[in-house]
Amino acid sequence: MSISIRVPAQLRTLTGGAGEVSVEGSTVGEALKALDVAHPGFGERLFDEGGNLRRFVNVFLADEDVRFLGGLDAPVADGQTLSVVPAVAGG
Amino acid sequence: MDFVSGLRCRECGRAYPAEALHVCDFCFGPLEVTYDYERIAATVTRERVAAGPRTIWRYADLLPVSDPSPVDLGAGFTPLVRADRLAAELGLGELWIKDDTANPTGSFKDRVVSVALTKARQLGFKVAACASTGNLANSVAAHAARAGMESVVLIPADLERAKVTMTTVYGGRVVAVQGTYDDVNRLCAELTSERPSWAFVNVNVRTYYAEGSKTLAFEVAEQLGWQAPDHVVVPIGSGSQLTKVAKGFEELGRVGLLDEVPTVRISGAQADGCSPVATAFAEGTDAIRPVKPSTIAKSLAIGNPADGWYALDVIRRTGGACASVTDGEILDGIRLLARTEGIFAETAGGVTIATLAKLAASGAVRPDERVVALVTGHGLKTVEALAATEGPTATIAPTLEAFDDAFEAFGAPAGGTDPFDLAGVPDGTPGTDPSTRSVR
Repeated sequence: MSISIRVPAQLRTLTGGAGEVSVEGSTVGEALKALDVAHPGFGERLFDEGGNLRRFVNVFLADEDVRFLGGLDAPVADGQTLSVVPAVAGG
Repeated sequence: MDFVSGLRCRECGRAYPAEALHVCDFCFGPLEVTYDYERIAATVTRERVAAGPRTIWRYADLLPVSDPSPVDLGAGFTPLVRADRLAAELGLGELWIKDDTANPTGSFKDRVVSVALTKARQLGFKVAACASTGNLANSVAAHAARAGMESVVLIPADLERAKVTMTTVYGGRVVAVQGTYDDVNRLCAELTSERPSWAFVNVNVRTYYAEGSKTLAFEVAEQLGWQAPDHVVVPIGSGSQLTKVAKGFEELGRVGLLDEVPTVRISGAQADGCSPVATAFAEGTDAIRPVKPSTIAKSLAIGNPADGWYALDVIRRTGGACASVTDGEILDGIRLLARTEGIFAETAGGVTIATLAKLAASGAVRPDERVVALVTGHGLKTVEALAATEGPTATIAPTLEAFDDAFEAFGAPAGGTDPFDLAGVPDGTPGTDPSTRSVR
């Protein structure tokens, strides 16, 4: 399934400047791992040593925080958009 | 000139230059302004502070930007009010209210925005933007107008009427977003990548913006005669203010404005309808689970608080506590503060006072402590919250008879002599009650 991933400015050095890239995957975790394969470097930026999302990395599926959807196991549908967004904002 | 040595990631320690950066490129951790404290210590004195303006800018040596003509509407140096009547109601001893309702746009946000836009202007930004629960929107729009900058303010569509009007009147662009504050915040975080020429005060200039909250600690200490309080109660939205209050007290010790780094217990206040930090505190965990907010305290309705971990760390490290209160308790807190001290707070202030009452009852805030409660926004901003329950004591025809009838029906106040008694003509002696002191 083709998933669109929106990449924040801080990580666009890894995508050659692109703000949006397409990957394959059927869960949030699979899509993000595919992102690391296509653009090496994402893995260590997004995940801690235990393989969990770093605590200051937010990932949104169709604008909903994946923490409310089952985290990395949340299923994604063809054509959906994932956004990687730094958590430190607001307040 | 300022005393900033750079920015540093709070998570992994990587160093960055003092530019419009807010997160670490590597781990997304928040960046923190670092200072050359030895040079500040060699420069700053209590006399130098006292000779400064009666605004946050009297502490410019400890702020992340230096400008002889900052973007300034007069934020800060708000009254610190001794609150003996409230203390008596709560069974506390020495209690003070830091009355930040007195800021130019009616909330503590003027402190952070004055710093943020002064820095943004210095960095060359022409547009000020933000995600806001309301108070920040008011302040960004006002300060942008003052500075001659354009403003783009994003707010949740269900915001209180006054907060919307207090933003639009300044002539900026106000975009209401159908969603919660967390939705607005996520949108702004994404917009920051697409509109890098805009200064989102609480996103890409958040590192500087947040430093403005330190001035709450600076002022409290100065207004107490350069002494730290024992315990401060702070409302928690994103958690930024609470962590910066702690940093402020620590810095006063480091640069010699206080004789040593003081020990100040910091406690946090949240609404039950949005209490991710209080819940983590109660459960004894580090993991802050995001929530979907549902509370009348909209200015604190941040379900995924960016500085939640750090706020929790400060609370635990300083021996503070964290609790949450119901919407009903929030309204009671607003009324209690108004009735006892003459200060009308917005719902977030009700959260602080109600939580203070709860922590006093549980013994977490003690009567032998010198306590300061931060009241961070004005009640006129959230009048809707009280509209259902507040109204005139009586509505009458314009006649003496109708007044007497209505007044009779009120009954006499509880206890002691009746001050309304017609026989009790005042003798004209001015009041000398020392408890009504206020420092400004």
